[in-house]
Amino acid sequence: MDLIRLRDVKKTYKTGVTAIQQMSLSIEKGDFVFLIGSTGCGKSTLIKMLYREEKPTSGQIIVGGIDVGKLRNGKVYKLRRKIGVVFQDFKLLPKATVYENVAFSLEVFGLPKDEIHSKVIKVLELVGLKHKIKNYPRQLSGGEQQRVAIARAIVNGPKLLICDEPTGNLDPNTSMEIMEVLDQINKLGTTIIMVTHDISIVKKMKKRTIRLQSGRILKDYAKGTFKDESI
Amino acid sequence: MKAFRIFGRNIRDAFKSVFRNFSLSLASISCITITLLVVAVSIILFYNVNNFTSLVEKDVTIVAFLDKNIKQDKIDEIETKIKTMSGVASYDFRSKDQIKEEMMESSSDFENIMKDWSSEENPLYNAIQVKVKDIEQINKIAKEIEDMEGVSIVKYGEGMVEQLIGAFDAVHKITIGLVIALIIVTAFLISNTIKITIFSRQREIEIMRLVGASNLNIKIPFIMEGLFLGAFGAIIPIIATIYGYTTIYHHFNGQLFSPFIKLLAPSPFMYYVSLILLGIGILVGMFGSWRAVRKYLKI
Repeated sequence: MDLIRLRDVKKTYKTGVTAIQQMSLSIEKGDFVFLIGSTGCGKSTLIKMLYREEKPTSGQIIVGGIDVGKLRNGKVYKLRRKIGVVFQDFKLLPKATVYENVAFSLEVFGLPKDEIHSKVIKVLELVGLKHKIKNYPRQLSGGEQQRVAIARAIVNGPKLLICDEPTGNLDPNTSMEIMEVLDQINKLGTTIIMVTHDISIVKKMKKRTIRLQSGRILKDYAKGTFKDESI
Repeated sequence: MKAFRIFGRNIRDAFKSVFRNFSLSLASISCITITLLVVAVSIILFYNVNNFTSLVEKDVTIVAFLDKNIKQDKIDEIETKIKTMSGVASYDFRSKDQIKEEMMESSSDFENIMKDWSSEENPLYNAIQVKVKDIEQINKIAKEIEDMEGVSIVKYGEGMVEQLIGAFDAVHKITIGLVIALIIVTAFLISNTIKITIFSRQREIEIMRLVGASNLNIKIPFIMEGLFLGAFGAIIPIIATIYGYTTIYHHFNGQLFSPFIKLLAPSPFMYYVSLILLGIGILVGMFGSWRAVRKYLKI
């Protein structure tokens, strides 16, 4: 079953720049998909539309049964609650502890304290940071901060995890550790879409990989068939 | 239950946030404090002028002196007429004998002169004292009474009363205008200060949106924060007003310059003023936050 379906999607910014052109794409539930391509090829625009930071100019985007293009501003939170997003710059609250950062996304749902506590501890265990719950983000390494961000993104059990260059600021070893965490999350049933520039990761992971160029899909490699044809 | 939990968390987060963003909170709080101090002075002035005006208004009396040889049935007729006039609050008939007695009681000189007067010899006039409901009507009512048959002279301190009315009216309007203007200015000033606070926390709002907080989820903690800032900002003005006013009141023995101008007693007046200040602080803080956060919720 498709979790994400794009039909003839086009995105033109107010500046007149067309970032995505007539794109059609479907991603199945439980998939792990890499989005690659050079800077300005439309990767970021594509995922921003998935979590409704941007609206498509034309065409239809369905994410988990929600027609994203038709979603009103006031209802965006309903989509966001089904999606976790992880960024290159982590986007953690600097003045909140690791625990508070992760618990934050559950508190907006109004869950009871005990339930929040057990969920947060469980997810921090999954990303291997249970021993640092009382630390503040500035006291953590880049890799650890990214794990907190991942924990926050998945703590409410989203169907989809969108990662925008999550390893962009990390060294190769730490990057692979993050990839292992993501792979584990994927195995637990969460669909993952990850934008990356790091071809070595794509090669190692052997997942479905979509290469974009000038706002179009240049190539869609099925699982395990990726070849580095960039040069 | 769920709503209560979310609400409780909002209050907790708002409280935490005031202290986590301490320097910016301090800026907002001092802004509220300073303006509330000025508002407090205006409110005190307003109520005291109000009080003074109504005291003076209560004291202003029309005295109608009746004709020398008026008959009892004519007096009754005038009384009935005055009773039925719409602007009259109360009236009191004094016969010339009553007035004589009162004057004799008030001084021994009067007593010596007046004690031998018989009822027929008494040169004083029968009089009716009339108090009016609205001091602005005094002129019209005095005129009406004067026109009645059997009334010879009417006195009410003409000229002076009109001047007082005009002066009170002006002070009244100015203080009301001042208080309203101050409240509006404070609201916008605070809104802008809080806007700076929120601007520095755009990231927080972005993250809240990202993890699926609804607009209301985002707004409420900020509005609560505005509430706390407003309440904290009201503390110093409240203490200063209570202490300051009570001191001034006791220093001047409850009157300003002359026994004619009476100040309002600090209790319960100061409780009302404190409540008004707290209310203005809270409302203005909440309004300011609401107005400031609204801007960042549009995508």
